[in-house]
Amino acid sequence: MNSEAIMKIENIILRRGGVTVLDIPELHVKQGRIIAIIGPNGAGKSTLLLTMAGLLKPNYGKIYYRGNPVDSRASRSEMRRSISVVFQEPLLLNTSVYKNVALGLKFRHLTGSEIEKSVDESLEYFGISSLTKRSAKTLSGGEAKRVSLARAFALKPELIMMDEAFSSLDPPTRESLMEDLRHILEETKITAVMALHDREETLRLAQDVTVMAAGKIIQSGTTSQIFNQPDSEFVANFVGTESILEGTVSSCAEGHMVISVNGKVIEAVGDCSIGQKVYCCLRPENVTISGQAQGNTSARNVFEAKVSRVIRQGFFYKLTLDCGFPLVAYITMPSYDDLEITPGATVIASFKATAVHVIRRER
Amino acid sequence: MDLIVQGVIKAFELIISFDPEVMGITWLSLKISGTATFISLFIGVSIGTVVALTNFYGKRVVISLINTGMGLPPVVVGLFVTMMIWRSGPFGFLEILYTPYAMIIAQAIIATPIVMGISLAAIQNLPPNLRLQILSLGASRLQMVWVLIKEARLPLLAAVMAGFGGVISEIGASIMVGGNIKGYSRVLTTATVMETGKGNFDIAIALGIILLLVAFAINALLTQIQQRQHPR
Amino acid sequence: MQIFRNSKVIVMLMIAALLFAFGTSNVFAAKAAPKQKNIIMATTTSTQDSGLLDVLLPIFEKKTGYFVKTISVGSGQAMKMGERGEADVLLVHSPDAEKKFIADGYGVNRQLVMHNDFIILGPAADPAKIKGVKSSAEAMKMIAQAGSLFLSRGDNSGTNSQEKKLWKTAGINPEGQKWYQQTGLGMGQTLNVTSEKQGYTLADRGTYLAMKKTLSLNILVEGDAALLNIYHVIEVNVAKWPKVNVAGAKAFANFMVSKETQEIIKTFGVSKFGSPLFFPDAGKRVEDLGK
Repeated sequence: MNSEAIMKIENIILRRGGVTVLDIPELHVKQGRIIAIIGPNGAGKSTLLLTMAGLLKPNYGKIYYRGNPVDSRASRSEMRRSISVVFQEPLLLNTSVYKNVALGLKFRHLTGSEIEKSVDESLEYFGISSLTKRSAKTLSGGEAKRVSLARAFALKPELIMMDEAFSSLDPPTRESLMEDLRHILEETKITAVMALHDREETLRLAQDVTVMAAGKIIQSGTTSQIFNQPDSEFVANFVGTESILEGTVSSCAEGHMVISVNGKVIEAVGDCSIGQKVYCCLRPENVTISGQAQGNTSARNVFEAKVSRVIRQGFFYKLTLDCGFPLVAYITMPSYDDLEITPGATVIASFKATAVHVIRRER
Repeated sequence: MDLIVQGVIKAFELIISFDPEVMGITWLSLKISGTATFISLFIGVSIGTVVALTNFYGKRVVISLINTGMGLPPVVVGLFVTMMIWRSGPFGFLEILYTPYAMIIAQAIIATPIVMGISLAAIQNLPPNLRLQILSLGASRLQMVWVLIKEARLPLLAAVMAGFGGVISEIGASIMVGGNIKGYSRVLTTATVMETGKGNFDIAIALGIILLLVAFAINALLTQIQQRQHPR
Repeated sequence: MQIFRNSKVIVMLMIAALLFAFGTSNVFAAKAAPKQKNIIMATTTSTQDSGLLDVLLPIFEKKTGYFVKTISVGSGQAMKMGERGEADVLLVHSPDAEKKFIADGYGVNRQLVMHNDFIILGPAADPAKIKGVKSSAEAMKMIAQAGSLFLSRGDNSGTNSQEKKLWKTAGINPEGQKWYQQTGLGMGQTLNVTSEKQGYTLADRGTYLAMKKTLSLNILVEGDAALLNIYHVIEVNVAKWPKVNVAGAKAFANFMVSKETQEIIKTFGVSKFGSPLFFPDAGKRVEDLGK
């Protein structure tokens, strides 16, 4: 991966009505990456996106775009023309789909044929060529979302900001849009920053994740780092207690998958093409801990595991295990006592194939 | 009863036969009120848009002033304009009292706050992020404002019609500054009052019917516009 | 409503409106452009409502090239306009107020133009029984005594001051009485109200004749010398108000007393109402009228 930063922000402070809504010491957006900004409602995700896009002016701080400081009206408008922003709501104008998608190109005073070419291409990308002549008002939610994305991509931006791209869409619509967007981002290699609030969306789309709360960045890192090594209770709670394992599908037949994870093999249920990179998600309560291998277990996945950490949580203990891949499990107090678990001890961890939730991820 | 029936019959005859006097008055009304509305469109939409899009100290006061202005009593406007432009007034040198110009000025003063208030609300009612979305698509400030005005075109059209409807059916200011001079500043409303006074109920009814038709046409258009859904 | 989706249509509408505005201003300019060609003539509602001016003014305008802006108000308001210099010439019928107007130096060249007469009108039922009474003041007294509804213009017009004079002669102060209502309207409107309410009123004959067909009012008292309604033309004094169109005022005054105009006044209304609405009096003395 090219790790050159397309955008860097430094010491950004943004106040609104005397309240600091954004306080970001540093954030890098690496060229060609897909970055998710996640966090609870009101964390300042949208504000951060708009600030990075040059649409909100911070009280303090610096933005560097392609290494150059953005500190004048001219440089800001130049940056703005390299960045597309897709808002949560589609914000289409009350005119035809074509004219909506052509809008940004018209602002750039392109010729009619140039505009037409870009618009057609972008509509094609999002599979909505058939909507060209429709009035934007008559579109369904999913269609409108696609048009607003097409409008942003038609500008061939270097960087695209997407605020809650999939919110308020019904599951099938969301599923297909997510899949299309992933392909398009892969194909165009456009750097993307997306405010998301859904873990699954994040896992499927993002390579890097920044977790925000109350206007501050809590943790930044690769997707796997954030999900598997949350460095605070807050992040751990926010990303969930699941174990999230990176793997690759090595075989798949009749709804039964074999996924290799760090040289180990996990069996799971579902269909996927071979070679597909996936995340295997496992809820801790679905992992059974025992002292030694039991022959009569119905679980397909049985691993010998070393206990690396024990945390007491109420009537449970939360164990962090190392089975060649990290795994989190819960165990009740009596079992804990029975098994005489201590850090460094070896136990058997097992889980059913149906307990593995497989999420396809970025190639 | 006879009087009404005969009056209505005669009125329709006057309208259908394109009676030159009735048509002249109608045409003059449309010209004066149309011009006044046109002027108020420019002033009202531009100031309304600027107020809607900028933040400044005292904005709320300005907005409530505009909203108050939407209900300016025409006779007060008439009185004010008369005092300004009569021979001994500060603008007496213009010599426009009892002219259509004076009527246009008075009517524009009545219509402008109406157009301004509705435009202000129309622009403010656009989705708050739309401005940012348009800017993010690379628009200059001017391009953004133009797109916003275009986007609010239906309520703006409603504003224009409300303004026009207000001034064409207005009498107080028109008679004060226009003087109801035959063939010159005699419009539908002033003529209706005068013809009623003269007992020419047929002409009065004909003029009334035309005024009603104009008002009806405006309202029909307005209703059409309001029935349309808001854009997504 | 498809059309409004298209911004081109809106632009076209705007252009159309612009052309419209330009077209409009040209039309106005054609009539209003020559300076000091405008004469503001303040007159009474009765002359306007009778239709006489609609006949006379086009002749005057064609002949002289002046454009007359007739502002029809009550005689009182007409003289107020003269006092402020807002009018150039007055055609009014309120002799006492006129004399004061001249005496105060606001007007010059007061010339007798014509007269008609006032009449007391009332419902056919005539609850105050004034029909045929010779003295107008006596009739007024009877209306007051009967407490019958009387409608007054209440606008300081010539008719209104004539009416007040009659009350004074009759020794009655009608102000505030239940049976005395003030319309604040012009002659025609007041006649409509009176007819509607079936009350009594004082009106000029011309307006009554012009509107007779739509009214259910009868002439109850007429012919008293006190009921003469005399019209004078007065030029506003340019010495007080330099902006006054003195030449125009003079031209109009001269036109009103010219032989040709007087001839038209003499025959105006005859074909329509069977009798003239006004009697031309140019050159006569007020004292000789009605004899």
